[in-house]
Amino acid sequence: MALLTLENVTKRFGGLVCVRDLSLSVDAGAIVAMIGPNGAGKSTVFNLITGIYRPDEGSIVFDGAPLGHAHIDAIAGRGIARTFQNIRLFAFVSVLDNVMTGRHARMHAHLWDSLLHTPMQRREERDVREHARELLRFVGLEAQAHAYARNLPYGSQRRLEIARALASDPKLLLLDEPAAGMNPREKDELVALIERIRARGVTVFLIEHDMRFVMRVSERITVLNYGEKIAEGLPQEIRTNERVVEAYLGKPA
Amino acid sequence: MRAFFARSDVRAAEIFLAVGLIPVVDLNGAHINFLTDAGAFVLLALGLNIVVGFAGLLDLGYAAFFAIGSYAYAMLASPQFGIHIPFWIMLFGASFIAAIFGILLGAPTLRLRGDYLAIVTLGFGEIVPQTFLNLSQYTNGPNGIGTLDQPTVFGLRFGFNPVPYFYLILALIALAIWLANNLRASRLGRAWMAIREDELAAAHMGINTTAAKLAAFALGASFSGLAGVAYASKLQLVSPDQFQFNVSVFVLSMLVLGGMGNIAGVVLGSLILSSVDRFILPQLTNFVHGFGLDWDFTNARFLLYGVILVGMMLLRPEGLLPSRQRAAELHADRSDPGAAAQEQELYERAL
Repeated sequence: MALLTLENVTKRFGGLVCVRDLSLSVDAGAIVAMIGPNGAGKSTVFNLITGIYRPDEGSIVFDGAPLGHAHIDAIAGRGIARTFQNIRLFAFVSVLDNVMTGRHARMHAHLWDSLLHTPMQRREERDVREHARELLRFVGLEAQAHAYARNLPYGSQRRLEIARALASDPKLLLLDEPAAGMNPREKDELVALIERIRARGVTVFLIEHDMRFVMRVSERITVLNYGEKIAEGLPQEIRTNERVVEAYLGKPA
Repeated sequence: MRAFFARSDVRAAEIFLAVGLIPVVDLNGAHINFLTDAGAFVLLALGLNIVVGFAGLLDLGYAAFFAIGSYAYAMLASPQFGIHIPFWIMLFGASFIAAIFGILLGAPTLRLRGDYLAIVTLGFGEIVPQTFLNLSQYTNGPNGIGTLDQPTVFGLRFGFNPVPYFYLILALIALAIWLANNLRASRLGRAWMAIREDELAAAHMGINTTAAKLAAFALGASFSGLAGVAYASKLQLVSPDQFQFNVSVFVLSMLVLGGMGNIAGVVLGSLILSSVDRFILPQLTNFVHGFGLDWDFTNARFLLYGVILVGMMLLRPEGLLPSRQRAAELHADRSDPGAAAQEQELYERAL
């Protein structure tokens, strides 16, 4: 069953067509990747899904209902969480508070609860803190709970961003180049982490440049070039697809 | 079993008890009067700290809400219209009115950040006292509104003795500190922190940034509503010239001096600047008069604030008692081995 469906989505910036008539679907419980050369429009697709941009044409359906004109925060509330290509953590905030902030959409404390620290608010804070610690254990950062996010090594910052995204118990997790800048050992760990995330019942949709990584982790791959889908299928199909090879390496002379 | 009161609560209670004993020990009415006025500015600084320190929204027109709180009391508890709503109701009624105006004036600025936000709030800070000045059929224009109702407790009037006002302000400060501390460690406080750090990422956490910013403007304004009612009822008079731009700058300077975002720092900063303004400069003027010099140091107060602000920016931009976070932000380049290691690591990976 499709959790996320893009139907004939087009996005233009002035005269430039960034995404052209793109249709794709992500099945619930799958690990799916989107690849393509630089500037192919991959991040734009993520920005369309999370509500930073709105499609000029076409529609995006998530979990049975169109996203329509929903705002970024409302879309997050519906169960889509993401990480960013260039890490966007709350830099001078503790690792634990970063993850607790990620829980915002699932919290119920209103202004009065925050202002007066009602018993409901205290209970919820305790639960959220415990939930955040559990997620830090899940990504292996429990020892750094009180460090500032920006003081973590690069690979740990990527994992913290994932923990923060998971804090809202999303149905769909969008990872924008999660392996960028990682060494081979960190990439191995990331493959395992993504499998464990799926085991929690979270569908994973990722953008990645590293082909070996993509081939290892994903079940289906969509290839984008100049904003258009040029191929879609299983990793072994993509590997040998002529148009994909051409897009990456150019036509043979 | 955890102790019911945290150690910091006990410390705070001790400080408040000690300050509460001042009128018993020091019978000089002028001193108590000074402390009471300084306390009103502590309240203002605590309110502005919510907007600027917590949510990171630079507001240069904060005095507007002080004016609205004061005028609300002046119009609804004085012979001006013959309306006499009791002080204790107005205390919270006026802060509610100020909060509403916080939302009204905050709403047009929601898409603005940094310099642009500062300029628009600066404009509001000018518009509000001008409005009170020019609506003279309601506000008596430049003469202001006088003979405001005095607060009563069990039928006893506060009168012109500053001591009851002193305890009133002290209680309001305790309330404001409690509320501000609660906010800092809450869902809303974390939402403000996230907006201050990265507004787009904050929205992706499901934070409604519009609502969170309006809550900051409303709550910040409500604190100045409390201050406005207390201050106006003590002074028995409101007039437009009490709420000029320099008041906004004065309160903002308190935050910069003491340490934006940190409640203890904000209180310290406002007490220091109030002392300089009301105590040290006049004393210094008297002192040099004794030597036959005709210098008036009180005219140099803005020169002095300027010097303090420039000096702080150069020497200690995080303030005297900074929040841990802001100190780290401002000294990331030199005192943060983690960041240096991270940059080194990124550099090595890039090779």
